[in-house]
Amino acid sequence: MIQLQGIERVFDVGGQQVHALRDVNLRIGRGDYISIMGPSGSGKSTLLNIIGLLDRPSAGHYLFEQRDITALSDNEQAQVRRERIGFVFQFFHLIPRLTAAENIELPLLLSGVPAAQRRDKVLRTLSAYGLAARAHHRPEQLSGGQRQRVAIGRATIIEPGLLLADEPTGNLDRASGHEVVEILEQLNARGITLVVVTHDPELGQRARRRLRMVDGTIVEDTGYGA
Amino acid sequence: MNFRDRLTYAFTALRGARLRSGLMLLAMAIGVAAVVVLSALGEGARRYVVGEFSSLGTHLLIVLPGRNETTGGAPPLVSETPRDLSLDDAEALKRSRHVRLVAPINVGAATVSYGGLERDGVIMGATHELYEVRHFKMGQGRFLPPGDVHHPQPVVVLGARLRRELFGSQPALGERIRIGDRRFHVIGVLQEQGQSLGMNTDDLAIIPVTAAQSLFNVTSLFRIIVEASSREAIEPGRRHIIATLKARHDGEEDVTVITQDSILSTFDRILGALTMTVAGIAAISLVVAGVLIMNVMLVAVAQRTAEIGLLKALGAAPQIIQRLFITEAALLSLLGAAIGLAIGQASTAVLRHLYPNLPFGAPLWAIVAAILVALGTGLAFGVLPARRAARLDPVQALARR
Repeated sequence: MIQLQGIERVFDVGGQQVHALRDVNLRIGRGDYISIMGPSGSGKSTLLNIIGLLDRPSAGHYLFEQRDITALSDNEQAQVRRERIGFVFQFFHLIPRLTAAENIELPLLLSGVPAAQRRDKVLRTLSAYGLAARAHHRPEQLSGGQRQRVAIGRATIIEPGLLLADEPTGNLDRASGHEVVEILEQLNARGITLVVVTHDPELGQRARRRLRMVDGTIVEDTGYGA
Repeated sequence: MNFRDRLTYAFTALRGARLRSGLMLLAMAIGVAAVVVLSALGEGARRYVVGEFSSLGTHLLIVLPGRNETTGGAPPLVSETPRDLSLDDAEALKRSRHVRLVAPINVGAATVSYGGLERDGVIMGATHELYEVRHFKMGQGRFLPPGDVHHPQPVVVLGARLRRELFGSQPALGERIRIGDRRFHVIGVLQEQGQSLGMNTDDLAIIPVTAAQSLFNVTSLFRIIVEASSREAIEPGRRHIIATLKARHDGEEDVTVITQDSILSTFDRILGALTMTVAGIAAISLVVAGVLIMNVMLVAVAQRTAEIGLLKALGAAPQIIQRLFITEAALLSLLGAAIGLAIGQASTAVLRHLYPNLPFGAPLWAIVAAILVALGTGLAFGVLPARRAARLDPVQALARR
C-alpha cells in the first residue's frame, strides 16, 4: 500500500540544516498494524506527517497505492487525504464551536457529500462509537475519551484505507486510553491499515509490526508481515 | 465543499467569535448607514429645491424689465432708462407657437380691509392664465375669470391666511372687501401652500392685472411669466421673446429672460455634486471598516491556526480554506451592510418625520454603491488573511495546541 524509498527530510532551523529523516525505506502493506516508537526528536512524527501527506520529503520517492505522491500538486494531495487517509491526534483537534456530530461531519462537508447522506453516516458513526447521546455536545462538554472517540469517528467516516494516529492515548487516562486503543484495533481488524506513533511501550508492543527510530533512521523493524 | 455548506460553516465560525464579529458588523454598519443618511440628506435638499421650482410651474420663462448684464465702454451720453413692460408687450408674446401661456404680473402693497379688520397685504395683479402657469390650487370658489383684460371685473382671490385673518370662521366667498380705496368681490380662496421660494401665496390678494395697474396708478408690469409649449420650445421661445420685445422697444434689448430650467439645472447640478461628495466622504468610512475587517480576519486566522491545520489534514485544498475565509469576510460585510442599510433607512425615516417638508431619501445609486463598496472592501481586505490561512503549513499549524 505504501512504499517509501530513500526518504530524506531536512529542516532549516536558524540557518542550520537539521536532518529529521535520513534515507528511510519502508513498505507498509494493506491491513498492517504498525507502531513507531523512539525518543523525542527521533523523527517519528515527521515520518507520520510524510506518510499522511501533511509534509513533503526533501528527497526520495513515496508511492501511495501505486501513485507517486511526491509528484502530485497540493490540491491532488489534499484529495488523497480527503478520500484515503484519516488522522487521530494527541490533542484531538476538535473544533470547539462545533458539536460532536458537526465535528464528525466535517470531512463529508469538505468532500461535498449531500446533506441527507451526511446525516445518515454521522448518526451511524455516532452510535458506532457510543456517542449517540452526546451528538449535540460541544468538545468542552465531553470527557477526554469521548473527545478522542469523536476524533476517531471523524477520521473514519470517510472509510479511509489508512489511519494515522499520533500519540492517540497521550492525553487520556488509562481506562479511556485502553478504550481508544481497542477501537483502533477493531478498525484494523476490519481492514484499515493502522500506523500509531507513541512513546508508550505498552501501546507500542500491541502492534503486529514495530518500528524503532533514532536520529531520523529506522533502527529496528520487527519485519514486514511479522 | 458546496456553497451552502461553506456559508453555514462561515456563519458558525462568525457566531463562535461573537464580540469580534459584532465589532466588525458595527464598523461596516456605521459606514453603510453614514452613506445612506448623508446621501439621503443631500438628495433631500436636491429634491426639495427641484420640487420647489417645479411647483412654480413647468417650462417657465420669466421676463424682467431691464438688463442685468453690464457691458464695457464709456458711460452712455444719453441715459438709458429701460422701458417698462406693458400689457401690450405681454399680448404680443402670445403670437408664437413656442408660447403656450402668457401671464403678466403686477405687484404692490395695499391695505386690505373687511368690516372692522384691516391688514397690509401684498396685492398681485394677474390674469386667468396665472392659475395654470403657477399651478395654483383653489381652496374655495374659483380663480380670476378669463375675459377682456382691459375691462376688469372688481373681483379678488385671497390667500388662505389672508382670508383667515380677515374673515376668521365666517364664509368669505361673495363678501366684499376693500383694497386701497376700491371694493372687490371675493370669488375664491387659494389652497394653503406655505412658503415657496421666498413667495408666500398664503398672504396674497390676487386681483385682475388692470385693476392693479389703476390701483397703483402705473402702466407697467412687474414681470411677465411665459409658459413654453414644451421643453424643447424653451430656447426658441426665449429668442422669440427677446426678438419681439426688442422690436417693440425701438430696437433696444432691455429685458432679461430667465429660464426656470437653467436655474433648476444649476441647482440640480450643484446639489447633486454635493450629495456625491458627502456620500464619497462617508464611503471612506467603509474603506476604514474594510481595513478593520482585514485586521480582525488576520487575528481570526492566527487564533484558528489549529482549525486550519485540521481542515488541511482532513483534506481541504488551499483554495477551499481561502474561500472559507473570504466567505466569512463577505458574510460579515453583507450582514454589516444590511444592518447599516436598516439603520440608515430608519434614521432617514426619523428625519422625514422630524422635517416633513424635506423629502429625505437615499437615492438608489447611493444604496447600491454603499452595498457594493462594503462587499468590495470586505472581499478585498478578506483576501490577504484568507491567503495567509491557505498557505499555513499544516504540520506547524497542528503542532500548536
